[in-house]
Amino acid sequence: MQTISIDYPAAEKLSRPVHVGAVSSGDLEIIMIPLPGGSTATVALRTSVDGFDTIWRRVLDRFFAESALVAHYEINDFGATPGMVSLRLAQALEIAREDPDAGQTTTTGGAR
Amino acid sequence: MTRPVAQPFTEFRARDRVRALLDPGTFREILDPFARVESPHLALQGIVPQGDDGAVIGRGTIDGVSAVVVALDGAFQGGGIGEVSGAKLASSLEQAVNDNRNGTPTRAVILLETGGIRLQEANLGLLAISEIHSAIVELRSFGPVVGVVVGTVGCFGGMGIAAGLTSHLIMTRGGRLSLNGPEVIETEAGIEELDSSDRAGIWAMIGGAQRVAIGQAETLVDDDADAVAAAVRDVYRTAPATAVPARSTRIAAGRRLLAAVDPTGRPTPTDIRNLSTGGSL
Repeated sequence: MQTISIDYPAAEKLSRPVHVGAVSSGDLEIIMIPLPGGSTATVALRTSVDGFDTIWRRVLDRFFAESALVAHYEINDFGATPGMVSLRLAQALEIAREDPDAGQTTTTGGAR
Repeated sequence: MTRPVAQPFTEFRARDRVRALLDPGTFREILDPFARVESPHLALQGIVPQGDDGAVIGRGTIDGVSAVVVALDGAFQGGGIGEVSGAKLASSLEQAVNDNRNGTPTRAVILLETGGIRLQEANLGLLAISEIHSAIVELRSFGPVVGVVVGTVGCFGGMGIAAGLTSHLIMTRGGRLSLNGPEVIETEAGIEELDSSDRAGIWAMIGGAQRVAIGQAETLVDDDADAVAAAVRDVYRTAPATAVPARSTRIAAGRRLLAAVDPTGRPTPTDIRNLSTGGSL
């Protein structure tokens, strides 16, 4: 298991916590917790596969360059591919931007 | 006429399963992933933990009556019981005992998708499972405790005993229930004893249809979210009119069955069905 921590500058506010995915083979879990008054996105990543720092940084750099929310991102990875990671990040972002009154605040991402 | 598309219950993850069994809009989660009460033991052993430790505890209502619905997440570590997930289950069931005692009738439904103990936390998991067993037995005196085993993991090990202790067990054909899982038996006793790749043979032995046929589960249900929810409600709607002594209290019947089985032979699933319904080999 490897732990990676990265911070990104962020401006967009997160209004409520968000949860997607699972620590399941080929999948990952993303937990987003709002950081009221903050100006960064703090990422704490744990991955079951060691030695992929460079690829993780590229995937995360690309995502946070476009859409960083002021939040603590906890990412628990169980061998997801970069494509899977990007999809889960996009899913978490979509839920974060949904109308809070429109429905549930967490999802496990439906079928697996 | 079109039929609404079935929603396979097995495709729901634990949280959505719990939500589906509670009255719409009443689901409230205790220690959700944002509480981040995760296993303190896994990371030290190089295993990535999950925010809810693979256990979802839901409070809400079933047909307007207070209820706790708990589910193990088979996707995370095979639904294995660790210190935290076990404590979440045991404490929520003990809280339901207290609620019942203090005058708030509270129903308890347990969704079992688990290989049993999580080996990385074996002793603490065992302790938690014993507490879960005690709580189930105590809850039975207040009303039916409903277990649900649908798959895809099935229910094994100490949680197989938990399933056996429930008042009413609901299974699908795809659900499996046993103590040692087929792979464990093959590893320990050899392929001559059991071929774990014989899927048809495994399901004929420990699958939902067989468990219901031999009286070790009560309801066989389709793998459909509405059907499972209806089956759970039916248990409470028909109780206590249909109340029978819990399976685990029918000791004489169990002894008769054990005495009738010849362990030197190889009884087939059909033999066991005949024996359990009062016939002979």
